[in-house]
Amino acid sequence: MTDVLMQAPAMERPQASAAAPLAASAKIDVRNLDFFYGDARALKSIDLALEANRVTAFIGPSGCGKSTLLRVLNRMYDLYPGQRATGEVLLDGENILAPGVDVNLLRARVGMVFQKPTPFPMTIYENIAFGVRLYEKLPKAQMDARVEEALKGAALWGEVKDKLGASGLSLSGGQQQRLCIARTIAIRPEVILFDEPCSALDPISTAKIEELIDGLKARYTIAIVTHNMQQAARVSDKTAFMYLGELVEFDSTTKMFTSPAQQRTQDYITGRFG
Amino acid sequence: MNPLYAARRRRDVLVRALCVAAAALGLLWLGLILWSLFANGLAGLGLDVFTKTTPPPGATDGGLANAIVGSLAMTILGVSIGAPLGMLAGAYLAEYGRYEKLSDVVRFINDILLSAPSIIVGLFIYIAVVQTTGGFSGYAGALALAVIVIPVVVRTTEDMLLLVPNQLREAASALGLPRSLVIRRIAFRAARAGVITGVLLATARVAGETAPLLFTALSNQFWSLDMGAAMANLPVTINNFVQSPYETWRQLAWTGALLITLAVLALNIVARVLGAERKLK
Repeated sequence: MTDVLMQAPAMERPQASAAAPLAASAKIDVRNLDFFYGDARALKSIDLALEANRVTAFIGPSGCGKSTLLRVLNRMYDLYPGQRATGEVLLDGENILAPGVDVNLLRARVGMVFQKPTPFPMTIYENIAFGVRLYEKLPKAQMDARVEEALKGAALWGEVKDKLGASGLSLSGGQQQRLCIARTIAIRPEVILFDEPCSALDPISTAKIEELIDGLKARYTIAIVTHNMQQAARVSDKTAFMYLGELVEFDSTTKMFTSPAQQRTQDYITGRFG
Repeated sequence: MNPLYAARRRRDVLVRALCVAAAALGLLWLGLILWSLFANGLAGLGLDVFTKTTPPPGATDGGLANAIVGSLAMTILGVSIGAPLGMLAGAYLAEYGRYEKLSDVVRFINDILLSAPSIIVGLFIYIAVVQTTGGFSGYAGALALAVIVIPVVVRTTEDMLLLVPNQLREAASALGLPRSLVIRRIAFRAARAGVITGVLLATARVAGETAPLLFTALSNQFWSLDMGAAMANLPVTINNFVQSPYETWRQLAWTGALLITLAVLALNIVARVLGAERKLK
């Protein structure tokens, strides 16, 4: 036993392969998290860890708090008055809810892709270069390379390489969503949060995004909120089932979808409610 | 036919007829105004209007060159002062102060300013600027116009920024953009066409304003580019000339009115085209 613990540091670097998921280290550790919209308590004492280089899915009926939880992880709720979180969220051991944390730098490390595609009203190239320029001053050639790398990373390069000067709004919905993913990975985050990224997309675009998420986990820690249970089963390594602001069950996706420990999880997954 | 349905259909026809009649009545006056403007103004429209200054009493020829230039100068200066202030205030209302109590107060006061009679604005500038600086001036006129521009631009800027979906702001914030950049580079960019439209409409509004200029810029029958002195302008010139006994003056008044109308029409068309472009996106 002691021997295993001594070897732990070497194990911490997660392998992209199918090495036992349980050996992965926690990139984000949520501890005793409560969240309030004014006086309404939307999250109740959540404890959970997002493992590095894994995809964690959040499922549950509407209003269960899964999107709220996601929006705590990059402090998106900060934009609105009356919303507050208590407890701890540790990113690499550092509490991001602590006062004095620079939320802009936090959001550069924890990127987010939204439900509806939200390209900026500018060219495809600028949509990506815009965010990069906030943090890095790159000469033209390097910026071009970065834009290309990001678009390739989002599996969009082939479709747009000849029209980088076109408006981001001229793309189709699925392409726009991949542009948003490209924009997010261009600033080299460590974590990417997906908030129902496919709910506005057709099945073909959805398949492309899912494929992409699977590829992205080699480099990023990923959290995805989804209404679609098949999607959770397809893309995630671990699944969290939430209900009425509580984390009901959190386990490996295989376990959750084959033999969940809780009756409520089973009822939801089998479509008995939700 | 079902009698209930037949009655409903008759009522539909009746109401529709009333609606069309009301619209036609509104358009009729507009048509008559335009018709009399063209009928009376077109006759005097020649090169002289743009090259000669306003004539002395009794002269048989002259133009509106000084009034046109004065109007242009004061309108451009007034809009250049009022539009940026209005955009900043609008940005406060829609962005920084969206959830603040102060915004409600500012918005309420702005609405009062929006509906304040323009002669009150003229009086205010007369007391605040003309009396303290010791004389009528183009600057005073431009300031009065700026005061009228501000509330219009505040309102349109706020409305246009509120139309920008919050998701876009969230998406920008999610990249780590500070608030100021989210507003400047994303929100204003998305609302650009609408904000420009608002500024153009405000410009159209002040281009024809007479009351605020009456006792601020006054008027000037000579050629003058000095904005520190009394300055000629189209609305006040029209006001003075149309009441005169001289045929030349009355003709110039009609022509000036036509010029203002055409300018306002052009601004409105440009604003419309920009607005339509926004909808396409």
